[in-house]
Amino acid sequence: MAIWLTKDSKVIVQGMTGSEGSKHTRRMLAAGTNVVGGVNPRKAGTSVDFDGTALPVFANVGEAMKETGADVSVIFVPPAFTKAAVLEAIDAEIPLAVVITEGVPVQDSAAFWAHNIAQGQKTRIIGPNCPGIASPGASNAGIIPADITPAGRIGLVSKSGTLTYQLMYELRDFGFSTCVGIGGDPIIGTTHIDALKAFQEDPETDAIVMIGEIGGDAEERAAEFIKANVTKPVVGYIAGFTAPPGKTMGHAGAIISGSAGTADAKKEALEAAGVKVGKTPSETARLMREVMS
Amino acid sequence: MDLFEYQGRDLFERHGLPVLGGGVAETPQEARAIAERLGGKVVVKAQVKVGGRGKAGGVKLADGADEAEARATDILGMDIKGHTVHKVMLAETADIKEEYYFSYLLDRANRTFLCIASVAGGMEIETVAEEQPDKVAKIAIDANEGVTEAKAREIVAAAQFPAEVAEQITDIAVKLWQAFVAEDATLVEVNPLAKVGDGRVLLLDAKITLDENASFRHPDHEALVDQSAVDPLEQAAKAKNLNYVKLDGEVGIIGNGAGLVMSTLDVVAYAGEAHGGVKPANFLDIGGGASAAVMANGLEVVLSDPAVKSVFVNVFGGITACDEVANGIIQALALLGERGEAVTKPLVVRLDGNNAEAGRAILDEANNPLVERVDTMDGAAERAAELAAAGK
Repeated sequence: MAIWLTKDSKVIVQGMTGSEGSKHTRRMLAAGTNVVGGVNPRKAGTSVDFDGTALPVFANVGEAMKETGADVSVIFVPPAFTKAAVLEAIDAEIPLAVVITEGVPVQDSAAFWAHNIAQGQKTRIIGPNCPGIASPGASNAGIIPADITPAGRIGLVSKSGTLTYQLMYELRDFGFSTCVGIGGDPIIGTTHIDALKAFQEDPETDAIVMIGEIGGDAEERAAEFIKANVTKPVVGYIAGFTAPPGKTMGHAGAIISGSAGTADAKKEALEAAGVKVGKTPSETARLMREVMS
Repeated sequence: MDLFEYQGRDLFERHGLPVLGGGVAETPQEARAIAERLGGKVVVKAQVKVGGRGKAGGVKLADGADEAEARATDILGMDIKGHTVHKVMLAETADIKEEYYFSYLLDRANRTFLCIASVAGGMEIETVAEEQPDKVAKIAIDANEGVTEAKAREIVAAAQFPAEVAEQITDIAVKLWQAFVAEDATLVEVNPLAKVGDGRVLLLDAKITLDENASFRHPDHEALVDQSAVDPLEQAAKAKNLNYVKLDGEVGIIGNGAGLVMSTLDVVAYAGEAHGGVKPANFLDIGGGASAAVMANGLEVVLSDPAVKSVFVNVFGGITACDEVANGIIQALALLGERGEAVTKPLVVRLDGNNAEAGRAILDEANNPLVERVDTMDGAAERAAELAAAGK
């Protein structure tokens, strides 16, 4: 078992015929993901060959779902077209939409999020600007390398891609149930809290790694949630203790403005909720080792 | 990107919002010409992206062109909280009767937008919120419905704006939202929004932040970038499409992925505590596909910073295999040599993840005396800090 993405998940790719989309479709297939097709209105009716697997291209998400039973869409379209792609996925009521695209204007993210709310939140959106979600040994939706870690009983939720990989790698002898990269943008579809709640309820997850970074107050709110609702052990890491205020650190959301969004405030809030917080990625891995042994 | 007040005033004017006449000057002579055009009394305001300029002496009244030129001479070149004044804005003066506060901003926590409005303007809204919380109205804005006339009336009622300005503020609320959306802003703050002697409501200040992710649909926003404030190294990096932020330490940092690079800055700063307090010199994320050319560009920018005494290359091979990264580093050093930029500063390289062993073997084989391989992130940070301290 895992959260949100399992071996039974049927995955389509919006933007499968583009360069990023086709590269990662091939990788997802190699990882054993059940990719069942792609979406591109201009190439509908054709198919694309991926090392012997011919994947059909559909005109839209709704048609792809009807023909293939797909329940997950991974979105690789460029920033200018991302809003339209996500709106299409929401309107088709696909259960999970994973938005990999980086550089989406925040008004576009706000617009598709508001639309999702108005439609009754039938779609879980992960991202934008995220590496996706991987349930090792079962399925992989996005760009997380599939061979870092085998399946296991640790759950991981993170704003950052490479820090996710780093922690997966350091704890690969334990393995992971599901790793979710929620993205570093100011508005994202799935929060730390959503993932914590799902891991808490997942019978095959024993402990949780939570990775945050400077900016916003998502980690502080996650700390409150953990205090009230999470009984499984949580180990945390926050990046950006030494980042200066007012400078955006790579992610659009990673900026300390005034006294808000500092790593120290996040660490304090997490520790007050009983979360052990590592000073570095390797210390964080050590703390998780203590929990798991 | 944060705008200067004069850029905000111009933006408001373009969107049909009521502002006072004004202009921007970089020299006292330009200030005189603008004052002559505006006529009568003017206010001369330092253009800096920091609060508290009034208290620092950066805002002065002037009666006529002579005085305007003199006040501009005083203010230009001033230092306000570490910001040098390169420009002054000149604006008509107003007979202010009442000062209000009005803003639209991104509300990250609720994943939507928010209007904050108050009848108590002219001071920091945080202070008002603390001292008179009942005077601060916060109204959530649905991103798709936006601010219609009905929504604007809801805002006016919630903030308890006086009846005699209600119509004007309703109109301003709608137009300001249209500007917010049209320009892809994440913040527009008007403080004060003022009622003046003749009964008009005017936007007398502007604090605007634009979303850089939206620049692909706003080619005109490029012209709003303040070139004088852009660090030359950051400018050079941007020209090469690199995500680089200049910091004030001695250890150059190159890594892949924003989170990992942020984390690298922390680990180096911790390690530096034991080595004379050396710190990271920069943030540089070369992204997922770290090709030799990108690595060469990155190294070139980092090494051109005279403060850098050592460089820490921290890569976790995810999609990119470490053997490609290792080849990239070796080729990058050769490329820099060909470009005539002899590399003399030591590099500490940590490779982990996909094909790490092959990558490490490539570095060992190349046997470049400047390249040192350390296989853990903490250990490599320690070594890079030590080398930087020795090179100081």
